[in-house]
Amino acid sequence: MLHPITTEHYLVLSAALLLIGTVGILLRRNAVVVMMSLELILNAVNINLVAFGKHLQQLNGQVFAIFIITVAVAEAAVGLGILIAVFRNKETVLVDEIDLLKW
Amino acid sequence: MSVYYTSLDHFVLLPVLLLALFGCATLLFDFWVFPEAHQRKYLLIFLGLGEAFAGWAYWRQGAALAINGGEISAFHGAVVVDHFALFFHWIFLITTLVVGLISYRYLEVRDEHHGEYYGILMLAQCGMFFLASGNDLVTIFVGLETMAVSFYVLVGFLRAEQRSNEAALKYLLLGGLSSGFLAYGFSILYGIAGSTLLNDISKAVASRGHSDTILFLAIATTTVGLLFKIAAAPFHMWAPDVYEGAPTTITAFLAVGSKAASFALLMRVFASTLGSARSTWEPLLIAAAVLSMTIGNLAAITQTNTKRLLAYSSVNHAGYVLLGVIAGNNTGYKGVLIYLLVYTFMNLGAFLVLTSLTRKGLAGEDINDLRGLMKKSPGHALWMLIFLLSLAGIPPTAGFFGKYFIFLSLIETGHYVLAVLGCLYAAVAIYYYMRMVKAMFIETEEEETPALSTSFGTQVALVVTGVMTLVIGVYPEPFVRLAQQSFQR
Repeated sequence: MLHPITTEHYLVLSAALLLIGTVGILLRRNAVVVMMSLELILNAVNINLVAFGKHLQQLNGQVFAIFIITVAVAEAAVGLGILIAVFRNKETVLVDEIDLLKW
Repeated sequence: MSVYYTSLDHFVLLPVLLLALFGCATLLFDFWVFPEAHQRKYLLIFLGLGEAFAGWAYWRQGAALAINGGEISAFHGAVVVDHFALFFHWIFLITTLVVGLISYRYLEVRDEHHGEYYGILMLAQCGMFFLASGNDLVTIFVGLETMAVSFYVLVGFLRAEQRSNEAALKYLLLGGLSSGFLAYGFSILYGIAGSTLLNDISKAVASRGHSDTILFLAIATTTVGLLFKIAAAPFHMWAPDVYEGAPTTITAFLAVGSKAASFALLMRVFASTLGSARSTWEPLLIAAAVLSMTIGNLAAITQTNTKRLLAYSSVNHAGYVLLGVIAGNNTGYKGVLIYLLVYTFMNLGAFLVLTSLTRKGLAGEDINDLRGLMKKSPGHALWMLIFLLSLAGIPPTAGFFGKYFIFLSLIETGHYVLAVLGCLYAAVAIYYYMRMVKAMFIETEEEETPALSTSFGTQVALVVTGVMTLVIGVYPEPFVRLAQQSFQR
């Protein structure tokens, strides 16, 4: 017997995505993968917003989600640009080898 | 059917429209009309014009507020202009102007003089506008990201410099993480209230119990995101690296503009929207404030890079400003506003002097590069002394009044332990500021270095920031009145 999918299920999914994204940012070495983890976090937010929007029978949540997608794209575009600048100068995208700045 | 874009909406949005217009015009003109290097100075005129028009629009808003009082609310409540927002708008305007003035020479010295720099400065200021004026989660989030993405570009502006690249990458990754957390908190607040307007959220939060798990989750994630943006410990790790790697002018912009904007948002979110859930967020902020003062001070003692030292000092200052929010009474909020105003002038001034130390082939970022500055350029050394005394909070400079109102509010609200801690750490802070003073006045240069790089613009900016630091310290009354008026609705 299958249970219907409720808002709670979406919230748990989004909390799990937030956790996976955070762990990915903190632990992964490759900067590209770190940026993908960043997208994962923003998608967790999107799931939250759309689920709440459906729960409340409103459009606000979905509109907010569209704005977040836009922002995520802008961030990824700038991020990849910066990553290319780093790669040109250092020939690596591994975050633990990018270590000029530390005390 | 509701009406969109009324004349009132236009009135409220006009400054940011002008800034965006001039910002985009700078980008286009740089590309099509002024492609030659020697024509870049015309782009600075665009910055000046944009700020002048924006200032005119703010002035008109201020005049309208003075007559009608209260607040002007536009776009169905999504953007508001009140005295509080206007106070911050003026801070952003001054900051952008000063940063624009000091950038011209600095970028020339670093061989990275490009026109888009001035355009992005103005676009970052557009983002800050919505942090101070936004009254809707969507508006605030988009404004925050406009500011943040502009800063990612500006921090990495020295493309050939590895440290600048690295700083930009670190700022992007950690800034993105913090924005993600903030957005997550916002999404839950939306779910709780069923509306993205801060006023509705405020009502919904007030009607919920105090030990509400989902509300706690929302507050905790929002707090993490905001503490990141103001560079408070334990979320300050990005600050020293980014401050050191970024171009010095952008470090100044980051330390002053970005921090003031994030504090404007923090005050709007915590003091007014989540005001009824104070018992939930107060312990979090107290922990952050104490940690910021501890880590900021102790780490600053051992630094040898001046930009890194000022980065830790800015972590420390974030702790002090948080104390004012924690006290949360009239005096506390007044103290926060005065502190941020004072911090704008003294920190901009300190970074300005550091900018002048950067010469062809000499980074000038080590504390030893300050040696013998008194002999070399007494003007710079004396102004720097004033800025450092002010940062340490010694009267008769402005920094004293920033700290004074914060401590007064802590005592009024019975936070005696925090007040004592704050005073003790203020004493510790004197040590590392005086290390810089000692280098300037007592030690002598080991080898001959070229003259400081200054221009008419940096001289003007130096005198303005220095005089303001002194004036607020000697005659604070009008500024206190301004701050008092700014948060009373």
